[in-house]
Amino acid sequence: MENRILIAKRVAQELEDGDVVNLGIGIPTLVANYIANDKQVILHSENGFIGLGPAGETTDPDLSNAGGQPAGILPGGATFDSAMSFVIVRGGHLDATVLGALEVDQEGNLANWMVPGKIVPGMGGAMDLVVGAKRVIVAMEHVGKGGVPKIVRKCTLPLTASQEVDLIITDLCVFQVTNPGLLLTEIAPGVTLQTVREATAADYIISPDIKEMAV
Amino acid sequence: MSKVISMKQAIDKIQDSSVIMIGGFLAVGTPEGLIDAVVSRGYKDLTIIANDTGFPDKGIGKLVVNRQVKKAIVSHVGTNPETGRQMNANELEVELSPQGTLIERIRSGGAGLGGVLTPTGVGTVVAAGKPTITIDGREFLLEKPLRADVALVKAHKADTAGNLVFRMSTRNFNPQIATAAAVVIAEVEKIVPVGEIAPDEVMVPGIFITSIVQA
Repeated sequence: MENRILIAKRVAQELEDGDVVNLGIGIPTLVANYIANDKQVILHSENGFIGLGPAGETTDPDLSNAGGQPAGILPGGATFDSAMSFVIVRGGHLDATVLGALEVDQEGNLANWMVPGKIVPGMGGAMDLVVGAKRVIVAMEHVGKGGVPKIVRKCTLPLTASQEVDLIITDLCVFQVTNPGLLLTEIAPGVTLQTVREATAADYIISPDIKEMAV
Repeated sequence: MSKVISMKQAIDKIQDSSVIMIGGFLAVGTPEGLIDAVVSRGYKDLTIIANDTGFPDKGIGKLVVNRQVKKAIVSHVGTNPETGRQMNANELEVELSPQGTLIERIRSGGAGLGGVLTPTGVGTVVAAGKPTITIDGREFLLEKPLRADVALVKAHKADTAGNLVFRMSTRNFNPQIATAAAVVIAEVEKIVPVGEIAPDEVMVPGIFITSIVQA
């Protein structure tokens, strides 16, 4: 299975029937494709609606997702302005947000919006999402370009938010962010503990109940 | 009395160094006709307050490419490489504000408030130089209100008294910026007589709108 799909499938298992969820761009967007049919998850699009669905065959120029791409609204959806959109985000009305990361550390700090001197796209809605959502799930490939670990002891890049990450799901494993530190709870099929160790630049505890990802 | 004016009359309300709020999210719900007219007129040293700087050939990006913007207060510039280039060359000042913070700063500007207290940005570079206030044990940033000389709004429909209706995801920043500027110009696709839009359908009351131009 392709790494990105494995991650998206595992994230989809975290979402509960009735949840209101915001999915970031990249791997998080793929999650929508793997939500089980018996669960109704309502997707929030921070540019101003809930009920985000796939774009139909005829696209509406007045309707896009938060990445500016054509989108659809499912029956029961609702449109609103940006103030209402961030009332939903900041006010604790999102059950979860799923985002990518440049770095995430063992204290649950997240950096995903800029690399000083290189890329400064801006934070968009990410800072509000990470602070406001009830659960923050980081979904990313375990290492960056050249095999550089992205899960570290302390983030070096400018933070998106401080100590807000709850769960990290990668192509190698699942970490819960807990009070004593990162807890390794699942490992991807065919991956060894040694592989996780070599690809992770953070301290972590191996759960006594560690199991294989059921994807 | 009808608020409908010509595009030329609308653009006469702007001048060099004006502070302009512009609606839209990645060029969806952006008043393209008004932007094109500002480009043609060639006003310089503008301060733009908006969600983003669009794309080089679409939305607010056209003003950046034409070198008319001195400062941009936005949440995201990643879709317009020219904004990044001018920023890195110190030709354009960019103040990045998290999206949910930015819309509340505009809302407080329009609502006569002294600012907004938000948890977003606490513990990040966004907090630099801003007062933090602890309320019931939680830390908040004080973010100051924003107002403009002129707001350029895009709506689907207006009556001649300026009551506005939006479609789908085009509402975004438009209702809030309509409250936070001395002069508010709405570019609308469809202008109808007073009485054709029912009071319950109005999304922005006409009292906020100075003038209307046909899109």
